[in-house]
Amino acid sequence: MDFGFNQEQELLRATARKFFESECPSEFVRARMAEPAGVTDAFWAKLAEQGWLGLVYPEQYGGAGLGFVDLTVLMEEMGRAVMPGPFFSTVLLGGLTILEAGSEAQKQEWLGKISAGEAKVALAFTEPNARWDAAAVTVTARESGGGFTVSGTKLFVLDAHLADVLVVVARTREGKRPEEGLSLFLVPRSARGVDVKLLPTMDQTRKLCEVTFADVAVGADALLGPRDGAWSALSRVLDRATVSLCAEMCGGAQRVLDMTTDYAKIRIAFGKPIGSYQGVKHKAADMLVEIENAKSLTYYAAWAMDENVPEAPLAASMAKAYVSDAFRKAAGTGIQLHGGIGFTWEHDLHLYFKRAKSSEFSFGDATWHRERVAQLINL
Amino acid sequence: MDFTLTPDQQAFRERVRSWLKANVPPEWKVLATTEVPRAEAYEIIRRWQGKLYEGGFIGITWPKEYGGQGLTFIEEMILHEEMALQKAPPILNILGVGMAGPTIIAYGTEEQKKRYPAKILSCEEIWCQGYSEPNSGSDLAALQTRAVKDGDHYVINGQKVWTSLAHVADWMMLLARTDPDAPKHKGITYFLLDMHAPGVTVKPLKQITGDAEFNEVFFDNVRVHERQILGGLNNGWAVGLTTLMYERLALGFGLQVRLRIALESLIEMGRRVEKTGRVVTRDPLLRQKLAQLWIDTEALKYTGARAITKLLKGELPGPEASAGKMGWVETHQKLQELAMEIEGPYSQLTKGSDRAIDGGLWQYGFLRSRANSIEGGTTEIQKNIIGERVLGLPKG
Repeated sequence: MDFGFNQEQELLRATARKFFESECPSEFVRARMAEPAGVTDAFWAKLAEQGWLGLVYPEQYGGAGLGFVDLTVLMEEMGRAVMPGPFFSTVLLGGLTILEAGSEAQKQEWLGKISAGEAKVALAFTEPNARWDAAAVTVTARESGGGFTVSGTKLFVLDAHLADVLVVVARTREGKRPEEGLSLFLVPRSARGVDVKLLPTMDQTRKLCEVTFADVAVGADALLGPRDGAWSALSRVLDRATVSLCAEMCGGAQRVLDMTTDYAKIRIAFGKPIGSYQGVKHKAADMLVEIENAKSLTYYAAWAMDENVPEAPLAASMAKAYVSDAFRKAAGTGIQLHGGIGFTWEHDLHLYFKRAKSSEFSFGDATWHRERVAQLINL
Repeated sequence: MDFTLTPDQQAFRERVRSWLKANVPPEWKVLATTEVPRAEAYEIIRRWQGKLYEGGFIGITWPKEYGGQGLTFIEEMILHEEMALQKAPPILNILGVGMAGPTIIAYGTEEQKKRYPAKILSCEEIWCQGYSEPNSGSDLAALQTRAVKDGDHYVINGQKVWTSLAHVADWMMLLARTDPDAPKHKGITYFLLDMHAPGVTVKPLKQITGDAEFNEVFFDNVRVHERQILGGLNNGWAVGLTTLMYERLALGFGLQVRLRIALESLIEMGRRVEKTGRVVTRDPLLRQKLAQLWIDTEALKYTGARAITKLLKGELPGPEASAGKMGWVETHQKLQELAMEIEGPYSQLTKGSDRAIDGGLWQYGFLRSRANSIEGGTTEIQKNIIGERVLGLPKG
């Protein structure tokens, strides 16, 4: 047993930290917040050059063939930098779904392009009902003229406005259970009848869209994976994305703790650094304990994904439940311990505070995942 | 990162499993809603510890020449996991095994290492810890018990308090002041004290549980030979801190296991107890709380596993052990509070009432758990340690 990172992973961490410190400083993040794209072509090309866009894809599709434990390291560093842009949507939602469900030809076509930074893909799954389970899906795809007609509305779709193609989860058949009768389709964003509306968001580093499908006609070759049987692949993607998000959240939480302890060492009140007061010190200690636990659950879940152990979904839900609370609390405490300066737009803390909030409600919040844990341990 | 076991480790797991199946005493019911053995169970768990020793399932990481098994923390973890699965009893000599033994192995002379550890493991000699005093608890280094040199002996005078197991102990890890003129951390010496020596008086203290498992200990001109010093004259603070680190680390194993056992018992109770007309495990809010406890317990396990990985790479237990202790305390107290919440008005009925749920076991566990955030270093002290020694914040 070895519950630590190996040398290559530590090297990846050091490389990534240096990269984001120089390529993704606060000024870069803030500039991207203010504009729709959320990324620059130059930055995206650099991510591709590092090999990070295809990190977890097999080598035959242009990837680096690494695993989720490796990805965890990279995601922590991205979270530390509150990196904006469509990495998560393209690599971990759209791309992973193609990897899990796609035909050989579809994988060949898309994963290589994603890895090279030449294509962006979004996953259109959630809807106005704001659910994260299979019952979320009411968008339909009816068979017509040798292809399908997609109709309905998707909401909270990450980076749909930037995507070349959307992976759309649609209902092709009413089943006995909500998990039955779901299918995946590759729909070009430019297809007739697709309307993408960028929504103003609290966390401006995450761009969310409403996507309407007004009887969009697609060919039979748009089908991704088995007809009516998309859920097993999709749920695997959601678990993997959830764990990767947890890693990103851990990185953000750790950064908040670092900022807060640095500040508590130099900020003087009543003649002493505020970090010498137990009212401050004990809060920082609480943050540390929760962040360490958050990391432990996340690392274990990443390992469980790589090894495909039976309790991988349970591990994912345990991590997301814990990390959602831990990051939210850490970000809130960070602002509190900074005092007034922490509440300013100028200080970076609010970027983390808002990222904590948007992450908390992505892929199910703590309450949702605790209930899933309850089910998975047969409560 | 790799959680898979080698064939040898897998074989060890199988061996532990079948041994436990054959040897967990049938008279042991799950009295274990708490980590601390109660007086009524002392004899059962004393025999149990003896059996563990004969079977070679205690002192896993201690060197063979001192009565241990010479294995690694991996085997230790496997053992504890299997004990949790089979709801094995705790051991009686918890302070000896968790603290005295490792500290003697770390600091002892060859003679001391040959003399004490094996008898700790076999439960032939029970140990208690003489740290806290009426005027020095969290500020441990302010302790006033004196040890004055007289020939090749030291003469001890003073008092210890909150001393668990002193009423059954044969030996004490004693911190006493040998140099009153030195700065307070530098004048303390660590002694291995015979509890049967003339001048040692033990007076039990009744706790909020109604039990008397901890004590006051008085020293009236107790003579202790200088060869009973552990780790050198006036070096007691460093030696004592090592003990505390081992104590907090031991929590990572043993106490996490007892937490898991208690949680499974709680869930089992939740399946048969009704609250507002439905069984507890069907109540959405209580499901949330039970699931959170499950998650917290697992988090402690994996944070412990990360600490073990560090140990295996040759690092000593450090201040991060404080985080494990704190996490355990919080989770255990939350668990015991939830037991009371699940029981509702039944939480008021104790042992002796045939209406009491589970014979009133949870009431004891709940009350006992209040001590967790005080014993072994208060939560406030753990937070100071984390703040100062892990995060590098300035001292107050």
